[in-house]
Amino acid sequence: MTRLTRVIAPGSDDEPLPDVDMQATLGALTLPNPMMTASGCAGYGRELDQFFDITSIGAVVTKSIMMSPRSGRATPRMAETASGMLNSIGLQGPGIESFMSRDLAWLESRGARVVVSIAGGTVEEYARLAQKLRVSAAVSAIEVNISCPNVEDRGLVFACDPGASSTVVDAVRRNTSPGVPVFAKLSPDVTDIVNIAEACVDAGADGLSMINTLLGLVIDTDAMRPHLAGVTGGLSGPAVRPVAVRAVWQVHQALPEVPILGMGGIRDGHDALEFILAGASAVQVGTTLFNDPMAPPRILGHLQRLLADRGFSRLSDAVGHAHQPVPAPVYSVIDVDIANEPESAGAEG
Amino acid sequence: MAAVQVRGEVLSIRRAGAYHQLTMVAPGIAEQVRAGHFVALAVGGDHSSMLLRRAFSVYRTQDRGVYGGTVEIVFAEHGKGTHWLSRLRPHDVVDIAGPLGRPFALPKESVTCTLVGGGYGSAPLFALAEQLRQRGCRVDFVLGAATEERLFGVLEAKRMSSSVAITTEDGTLGDIGRVTDVLPAIFERTGAEVVYACGPMGMLQAVAELAQHFGAHSQCAVEEAMACGIGVCMTCVLPVVGDDGVTRMLRSCVDGPVFKGERVRWSDVGTIPDDTHGAPVVVPPASGSVGPVGSDNGSVGARS
Repeated sequence: MTRLTRVIAPGSDDEPLPDVDMQATLGALTLPNPMMTASGCAGYGRELDQFFDITSIGAVVTKSIMMSPRSGRATPRMAETASGMLNSIGLQGPGIESFMSRDLAWLESRGARVVVSIAGGTVEEYARLAQKLRVSAAVSAIEVNISCPNVEDRGLVFACDPGASSTVVDAVRRNTSPGVPVFAKLSPDVTDIVNIAEACVDAGADGLSMINTLLGLVIDTDAMRPHLAGVTGGLSGPAVRPVAVRAVWQVHQALPEVPILGMGGIRDGHDALEFILAGASAVQVGTTLFNDPMAPPRILGHLQRLLADRGFSRLSDAVGHAHQPVPAPVYSVIDVDIANEPESAGAEG
Repeated sequence: MAAVQVRGEVLSIRRAGAYHQLTMVAPGIAEQVRAGHFVALAVGGDHSSMLLRRAFSVYRTQDRGVYGGTVEIVFAEHGKGTHWLSRLRPHDVVDIAGPLGRPFALPKESVTCTLVGGGYGSAPLFALAEQLRQRGCRVDFVLGAATEERLFGVLEAKRMSSSVAITTEDGTLGDIGRVTDVLPAIFERTGAEVVYACGPMGMLQAVAELAQHFGAHSQCAVEEAMACGIGVCMTCVLPVVGDDGVTRMLRSCVDGPVFKGERVRWSDVGTIPDDTHGAPVVVPPASGSVGPVGSDNGSVGARS
């Protein structure tokens, strides 16, 4: 554990962590803590294992995997933006066969808990991916990426349509072992995210992941052309966090029993706590990994301290806490004294 | 080798022509660096709005000293991130990840080597030259830049090589022109068997092609835009032909930054060549298919 002591950013120190039960309950799935990597920002775990022990966090969420190998989009694939970035990777990956024999096998041998993110161009592809993964005991949950913005045709983003979302989720749920929860990853680029969330849950989703990136565009003012080869890309990082917290808030309010994985610009424990208070049962760290590959244990420790500071002995008690009505203010004699203060102060001067 | 992330401390920062030379105490990294490795620096402090790491070749290292191992980089100020770096002062803290990437491959025998650096791309070549000379290799340098103040390490190159050729595009030092204008004569004179190059993509392509023409091996360190430097963001890819003859989009941060020059499809950088492993298959749109359900993702990723 020596490498965990080289923690560098704010929100952590070397003092022992306070006693808080950090267990995260996501329907049938229980994780020792609520910290996950976000899909597409952690590869398949191997690179990050140099920087922190990947078995110490709740789960590693893999980069979205498809049936066939995929080259992704042309470069430039990214642009830095204020407190964020735009990416246009286009789901580059080795395909399910290679993923299972090499990457998933490695994660299993390493002892990491794994959430496999899957992406398809058709409903059939999603169903076949789920079938393939059925044989693996290493899969703790499946995250269905129906919301990648980096496809050529926006009409193909399933998460923009409740009917399409529902069809995909239903296909994945029916082809997945009953004990393995299925999470649908939603796009914030919709008019009513609650509508999509309800469609996914009705189709059998055990939980929801929010949010995927927002569709954005950066123009290179020297070239006077779009900066990304793919023209548009997905915006992520702290810049999108209020949008993500809003989405979690709305969906938790409408569907309080449905577990939510919250993500979008989480950089420290306060950010993670916002998501928990808004209704997320666990959190994922994505773009921050590019800035700070040791972030997950740092943020987890910070979150644990913040929960203790606020009197929580269990993480689960804080989930959705911000929805509780504010207690009515109580006026006391002291308030009256303060109200009279200017007069008496003036008399003294 | 395992990359580590450390909170480094600035030991010194000084001007070197048009560039900045930054020396940082980076224990755990310095000891592991080999020529061609790079480091990725977080910029702007702990609460920075600039999230992406900046990657720099390591110029030189000292394993240990009064302050512990040090890592030195050379950079040009050309954006907000490098501007922040240029304002660092001794004792300031820098978050450093490294050593990253694959270093230069060294020849097993004492062969004749030409080292080509464009601008501050020459930075990793001096540690390399030292290692080559220890193996009994002949080392010739070619350094090129737009103008004299954008050359880096001319004196150092002279100290450690058999010959140094200089080119500047404005003729302020050495021959007027580019490194590739003088390279053929050097191949002919020295019979170089290996060329090591670091600099802009266009230069690397020209050097790799010349090396191939003269039957020499080339080792090119590429400069691709990166977000993380550690292999997880997938932004720094370029088309590279593997041992099996198949082109793949490889990450320059973990599969490079040093590639065999003849393996990189230089003219296709910035595109997905049609024969790339996993390249999009162009599917004619099926008539009547509307919306996501049942329609194929016939995306065309390749752009010219």
